[in-house]
Amino acid sequence: MNEFFIPRLGHVVWESVPRLGAATRLLLGGLGAVGNRHFSFRQWLREVYGLGVLSLALMIVAALFTGMVLGFQGYYALVRFGATSALGTLIALSLLRELGPVLTALLFAGRAGSALTAEIGSMKATEQLAAMEMMAVNPLAWVVAPRLWGGIFAVPILCVIFDLVGIFGGYLVSVPVLGVDGGTFWAQMQSNVTLSGDILNGLLKALCFGLIVTWIAVWQGFSAKPTAEGVGAATTRSVVMASLAVLGLDFILTALLF
Amino acid sequence: MSQRAIDWWVGIFVLLGIAALAVLALRVGNLSGFAYGNGYVLHADFNNVGSLKDRSPVKLGGVTIGEVTHIGMNPQTFRAEVTMRIEPSIKLPIDTGASIYTQGLLGEQYVAIQPGGMPQNLKPGATITLTQGAVNIDQLIGQMVFDKASGSSSGSSTH
Repeated sequence: MNEFFIPRLGHVVWESVPRLGAATRLLLGGLGAVGNRHFSFRQWLREVYGLGVLSLALMIVAALFTGMVLGFQGYYALVRFGATSALGTLIALSLLRELGPVLTALLFAGRAGSALTAEIGSMKATEQLAAMEMMAVNPLAWVVAPRLWGGIFAVPILCVIFDLVGIFGGYLVSVPVLGVDGGTFWAQMQSNVTLSGDILNGLLKALCFGLIVTWIAVWQGFSAKPTAEGVGAATTRSVVMASLAVLGLDFILTALLF
Repeated sequence: MSQRAIDWWVGIFVLLGIAALAVLALRVGNLSGFAYGNGYVLHADFNNVGSLKDRSPVKLGGVTIGEVTHIGMNPQTFRAEVTMRIEPSIKLPIDTGASIYTQGLLGEQYVAIQPGGMPQNLKPGATITLTQGAVNIDQLIGQMVFDKASGSSSGSSTH
């Protein structure tokens, strides 16, 4: 057992370092390929549509329920101390700082990241990527760059909509249902939420998450085994890795930003 | 899906994002606090500002008429200097007083203005001298306990 464990660990590290290097090369090459003549603005719009607009309905429903649950749970915690006036602040700060960016990124990884991996994986399996290179079309510019920039662009917008709908959901539960005073709800929120400290830092988080989720999705698609099974496994890996990366990165970003 | 429809949808998506950010900034954050941007400045020195902070409201008769813009320390007098912006339509007499009160038991602190009766008004940039700082509840409780203890001991000694 022991004599197998150490060499295997070494093997894993030995294998994963060049993989990380190749993934970084893909990321930088993809981001930098915007100036390439094969980069198409229309392709980018198509990706913003596919990754962003089509995820919108999911985000709105998820945000509404998240906000409503926050309202209920926050109310039951605060009512013991007679501090229900702080409910608006609680809902707004939890959504803007943590839940908005993180849940947006997790849902995005499930809804859009998986589709990205499967799409690129099957492009590889059907040798479309090889065909592009044969035609001297740069796949970094034609396939990777629009998707990376589309994800980086779409996730902060989805996040800001998630935040707003979530706060509205919290309001729906707190004020009409639980009877918290509406004026206090908004006034307390306004005096405790700052634009740069809370709202924009949350969006900065969403931007980083958009980058990392799209990067992992594109990379998993590119490194998938070119078989039906390989594409399936890569799609699973993409969602799992992206979710874990988002949660880990969130910890680091929270420590840095707030 | 035609390219034109995609253009439209992406445009709507971006507009939604911008609109959501604007609503968040104005309704949830306090960017609308710039309402006092054209107000005039008043200063007040307090011996204790408690947990007063920037953007805390300034109230007159319960109505918010301005906000705290800066809290500093005067190194000569060792008193806290609070700078406020007041709505231009509110002219305050020169014998106006300012106190720091708390909203409710656990609420936030604010500056309460008690208008005086003098005919002259405070000029922009003037300092309010009649001030009463924040009440420290810890100190009050300590004082009460101390008074009680000393009161009962002196009472027993006279008997």
